Amino acid sequence: MQRHYIPVLILFALSLVNAVALVGLSHLVSTFRPTHVKKAAYESGIPALGDTRERFAVNYYVVAMLFLLFDVEVVFLFTWGAVFNRVGLFGYVAILLFLFVLVVGLLYEWKKGALEWD
Amino acid sequence: MGPLSATAFVLISLVKVIVVFTVIMVVVALMTLAERRVAAWIQDRSGPNRVGPWGILQPLADGLKNLLKEENLPGAASAGLFFAAPMIAIFPALVLFAVIPFASPLPTRWGLVPMIVADIPVGFLYIVALASLGVYGLFLAGWASNSKYALLGGLRASAQMISYEVGLGLSLVPILMLAGNVSLPAIVGQQQELGVWYVFPLLLAFTFFIVSAFAETNRLPFDMPEAESELVTGYHTEYSSMKFSMFFIAEFSNVLTQSALMATFFLGGWDIPFWSGDNMRALADGTIVGATPALWKTLLTLGAFALKTGFFVFVFIWVRWTLPRFRYDQVMALGWKVLIPLLVAYIAIQGGAMLGLQAGGIDSGRTYALALFGLNFVLLALLLFWLDRGRVIRGSWGASRRRTQLIARAPENVGAASEEAAAV
Repeated sequence: MQRHYIPVLILFALSLVNAVALVGLSHLVSTFRPTHVKKAAYESGIPALGDTRERFAVNYYVVAMLFLLFDVEVVFLFTWGAVFNRVGLFGYVAILLFLFVLVVGLLYEWKKGALEWD
Repeated sequence: MGPLSATAFVLISLVKVIVVFTVIMVVVALMTLAERRVAAWIQDRSGPNRVGPWGILQPLADGLKNLLKEENLPGAASAGLFFAAPMIAIFPALVLFAVIPFASPLPTRWGLVPMIVADIPVGFLYIVALASLGVYGLFLAGWASNSKYALLGGLRASAQMISYEVGLGLSLVPILMLAGNVSLPAIVGQQQELGVWYVFPLLLAFTFFIVSAFAETNRLPFDMPEAESELVTGYHTEYSSMKFSMFFIAEFSNVLTQSALMATFFLGGWDIPFWSGDNMRALADGTIVGATPALWKTLLTLGAFALKTGFFVFVFIWVRWTLPRFRYDQVMALGWKVLIPLLVAYIAIQGGAMLGLQAGGIDSGRTYALALFGLNFVLLALLLFWLDRGRVIRGSWGASRRRTQLIARAPENVGAASEEAAAV
């Protein structure tokens, strides 16, 4: 079965070459004559105010952390789903307990206001 | 007909990779045209129809133009990441197609060739893993540009895509439960064996999958990352030339892949309905179970697959030009407060129903599938009714009632009503 990964590697190589070639070719072919104005960040026509890399809303971090938790949950469910017919009732009850814990966690986040955007 | 020899396998794989890659690039180019033509059709205008017959060479002209346009590099940008971001965005979009079977196996002189680029046993995980890499390209584009619109677009893109990735993953779990396998050709085979496409027994999972797929590809009504009325164009505000079009190639090939996945998971992939002539499955050693493979069957099933995928691509475009955009907090609330709790509940209900049916002696075949379809249909009806709560479905009734109330509350009528009451 190992040999079935060969085409994946070929496709990876082809996609990488394609991506680099697209950027490289347009870099070689096209012109770039930078001026002071062209190099400024676009802010709807007015001169850019201040720097971009400042603080941004904490909600994005919270979502990223929640994502980590729930994505791991999904991975657990994949393995369970694939053997669903073999583990039967025992596996079902076990996964229900697992889901219950997660839903309690989600409700806690919800009540804490981690899912609110304003 | 035995398995392929090692040399033949590598050579045929090379041919398949190149052909599939080329076809994807051409189809993506045509999809950009299709989107503009369908948009024009929906809005009752002509659309691009000047370059070549029916404007079919328009993508070529656009590509050439984008290649020759002036590149932009903002002074404050991180140059390395700025150049790397489009490449990182386009790479996962193009390699995802590798594990999707697109036709029935083809018999050749050298042996049986499965019509899939890489028949790996973990196709499912490959898709989930690589699809989640797409977010890096968008976020790095926003970050590297060092522009406020781009950064906000990148942040929105990353938060939205990771949120809906959970929903996407959860809506795939019922498929695994029903198929009991993580290889995509096996899932197609299971649907042929069952005689019913998974869209019926897993109707609700299909609904959730479509919603998540729209959010994952950043298409309207979820195109928050590039909402042009708020963020100019979001994460690719500072991009021009070929790097700009690479984000679009990535977006369109993601749409193509998600459409192909919907067709494979829920509409039987390359299966032709009501016909057992294509019910064949290649085993690992190259032998075939079921019907005999033939060239015309391969072509026919390829046509069926293209038709199903094309339909979903059309739905993507259709929705884009029909629905307005959500607000960002609505998008996130839908993902976390509606989609994920509902999917968890759905998985529990579906699992219970499947165990119950199996305990009742019905564990395969059409009856099993139809019983599950009945359950899903009822659940979907309840869900739509709850989501709607009398706002759209009973719209005319609600509107007429509201109008009556407004008339009754209008100042001149209030006075009249009190006079009437006084007279009585």
